Amino acid sequence: MRILVVEDDPVLADGLKVGLALAGMTVDGVANCVDARAALAASEFDAVVLDLMLPDGSGLDVLRALRAGGDRTPVLLLTALDELPDRIKGLDTGADDYLGKPFDLDELGARVRAIVRRGNGRAAPCLVTGGIMLDPATMTVTLHGEPVSLSRREFAVLAALMERPGTIRSKGEIEDRLYGWQEEVESNAVEVHVHNLRNKVGRETIETVRGIGYKMRAVP
Amino acid sequence: MTSLRGRLFAILLAATGLIWLSAVIWVYAGTKAELEHVLDTRLQEAARMVNSLVATADMAAGGTVLPSLQLDAANYERQLSCQIWSIDGRLMARSSGAPDGRLTEVTSGFSDRVVDGESWRVYAIENSATGARVMVGDRLGLRDRLVADLIKGVLAPALLTVPLLGLMIWLCLGRGLLPLRTMAGELRKRDADDMSPIATGDAPAEVRPLIAALNGLFGKVDAARRHEREVTAFAAHELRTPLAGLKTQAQIALAAPDAAVRNGALQQIIVSVDRTARLMRQLLVLAKLDAGEMPDGGETVNVGHLLDEIAAAATSNGAHIEIDASLHGRDIRADRELLTLALRNLHENAVQHMSAGGTVRWRAASGKVGFEVEDEGPGIPEEELPFVTRRFFRGRHKSAVGTGLGLAIADAAARRLGGTLVLANRDDRSGVRATLTLPQTASVPLRP
Repeated sequence: MRILVVEDDPVLADGLKVGLALAGMTVDGVANCVDARAALAASEFDAVVLDLMLPDGSGLDVLRALRAGGDRTPVLLLTALDELPDRIKGLDTGADDYLGKPFDLDELGARVRAIVRRGNGRAAPCLVTGGIMLDPATMTVTLHGEPVSLSRREFAVLAALMERPGTIRSKGEIEDRLYGWQEEVESNAVEVHVHNLRNKVGRETIETVRGIGYKMRAVP
Repeated sequence: MTSLRGRLFAILLAATGLIWLSAVIWVYAGTKAELEHVLDTRLQEAARMVNSLVATADMAAGGTVLPSLQLDAANYERQLSCQIWSIDGRLMARSSGAPDGRLTEVTSGFSDRVVDGESWRVYAIENSATGARVMVGDRLGLRDRLVADLIKGVLAPALLTVPLLGLMIWLCLGRGLLPLRTMAGELRKRDADDMSPIATGDAPAEVRPLIAALNGLFGKVDAARRHEREVTAFAAHELRTPLAGLKTQAQIALAAPDAAVRNGALQQIIVSVDRTARLMRQLLVLAKLDAGEMPDGGETVNVGHLLDEIAAAATSNGAHIEIDASLHGRDIRADRELLTLALRNLHENAVQHMSAGGTVRWRAASGKVGFEVEDEGPGIPEEELPFVTRRFFRGRHKSAVGTGLGLAIADAAARRLGGTLVLANRDDRSGVRATLTLPQTASVPLRP
C-alpha cells in the first residue's frame, strides 16, 4: 500500500512516515501544495494523508484540484481545524475521511486501510483468494488456516496482487507499491519476491502473464 | 419609544390646523367687512327710498305705521326699522317693530347707537324740503349672527373633513416611511452571523447614509471576526500539530520493533518538546505584552552591547553575525526588557532563515532613531508581507524551528516602545530587512 503524506511539520511528517511504514505501508512525504500536486501527477498512490494548513496554501485546494481532475485516490484529511463546519467542508470537498490533530497512530492506520478498501470497492477487511487470506490490519497471511511467514516486501507484493484478483498488475505497478522515492529499486526485486511468495503460498496461485506482469489465480 | 410616524403625524396635524385657523380668521374678518358694507349700502338705499316716498306722500299726523320692510334672507327674520321724524322732533311714522325711541341723534349719515338695550346701526337723512328726518336701522346683534352663521357654514364641512384629512396623512406617512420599515424588517430578519452588506437598491437618499454607515460597520465587524477566526485557526494548527507529532512519535517508540527506530522516535520527541517549550515561552511573552505588565520605565541602553548579548545567547544556525561597530557607541533611552524582546526576536527570525549560510547584519537605521537587521534568507513573498506580524502566521518560507510568534512579539514590543516595525524584502539580493524605528524621545546624545 503506497501512501502520500502531505504534512509540513517535520516531526509529525517523520512520525507519519515511520508509523505508517510500521503498519506495512510504503510512505512518501511532501511538505507543501506544489510538491503534493507534482507527486500526485507523477505517481499513483493508494491513499493520501493530507494536512489542511500548508505553507503555500490550503490542502483543500489540492483536494479540489485532484477531484476536478477526476482522480479517485482516497484522501484522509489530517488537520488541527476539527470544528464541525471544517469537517463538513472537508468531506464535501471530496475527502473520504477526516482526523483531527492530535490523533492515534493506530486509528490513522485503520482509517487509511478503510479508505483504501472502500476505494478498491471492497467491504471485507481481509483479502481472500482461494485458500489464501491476507489481513492488512494485522499484516498476517494464512494458507488454509495455517499462518504463513512473509517479509514486509513479500507481504506488500501479495497485497498488491490480491487487492484486484483477476486483473494483471505490471512489474512497474508492483514496484511503485513497494518502494518510496528515496528507496533504491533493485532491478529484479519483484521477480525475487514473487519467486519466494510462490514457494510459500503455492506455485499456481501467482500466474506470470508474459511481457505484462502478474495476476492472482484462485486455487482451492 | 417615540415613533417617527406618530411624531410626523402630530407635526403635520398641528401645522395643518394652524393654517386652517389662520384661514378661518381671515375669512371671518373678510366676510364681516364685506357683509357690513353690503348691509350699510342697503340701509342707505332703504333710507333714500323712504325719503323719496316721504317727499311725494302727504304725511298725515304722527302715528302712521309704515308697512314693515321685510328683508327676507334665508331664515333670517331680518327687519329693518324705519322712523320718520319731523324737524321739530315729533315721530311722524315708524315701521312695525321699530322702537319708540329715537334711533339716532345724528341728522344725517351712519351712526351706532344703543336703543332700549340693543345696539343699532342707523342711517339718517334729513329732508329740508319736507321737513322730515328719515332714519333706517338694523340690529347689530342680527348682523353678528349672520356673520357667525356664514362662518359656521364654511367651517362645518371643513371640520367634517378633519378626520378624513388625519386619516390620509396617517396613511401617506406610512407609505412614505415604507423604505425605513422595509430596511428595519430586513435587519430584523437577518441572521446574527450575516455580515453581508444591505442592498442599497432604490433606497431614498435620506436612508442611504444610514445604510452606508451600517454596511461600513458590518464590514468592520466581519473583518475583525475573520481575523479572529484566522488567528484561532493558525493557533489551533500551531498548537495541535506538535502534539500530534509528539503522540505519533511516542506511539512509534512504544511499537518499534528495533532500537534504531525507537531511538529515532525518542530523538524526534525531544526536538518536538524543545520546540513546544519555546512556543509556550513565546505565548507567555505575548500574553505579558498584551496585558501591559511590562515595566516601561526608560533607562539608557547600549544597543551594541545588547545585540552582542543576544547574538551570544542565540544559536547562529551557521550564519555569520555582523554587528556594526557604530552601534557600540550608540546609547538610547528605552525600556531594556522591551527593547531586548524586539531585538532578540528580530535577530532570531533573521538567523532562522539563514539555513544556507550567509551574513546577518545589524546596523543603525539611517536618518532616524532606529536599527535594522538584514538577512540573506529567501525573503518574504510580497503578498505575505502584511501578515507576517500576525500571531501564528507562518509563511511559505517558514523555518523549521519557528513558532509564528517571533515577529508578532517584536511588533508588539516595538509598539510598546512607541516605535514601529517595518519588514521589507531587500532590493540588492534575496533576504529581509527589518527596521525597528523608535520615537525621537529615545535619542540620547552621542558620547564624546
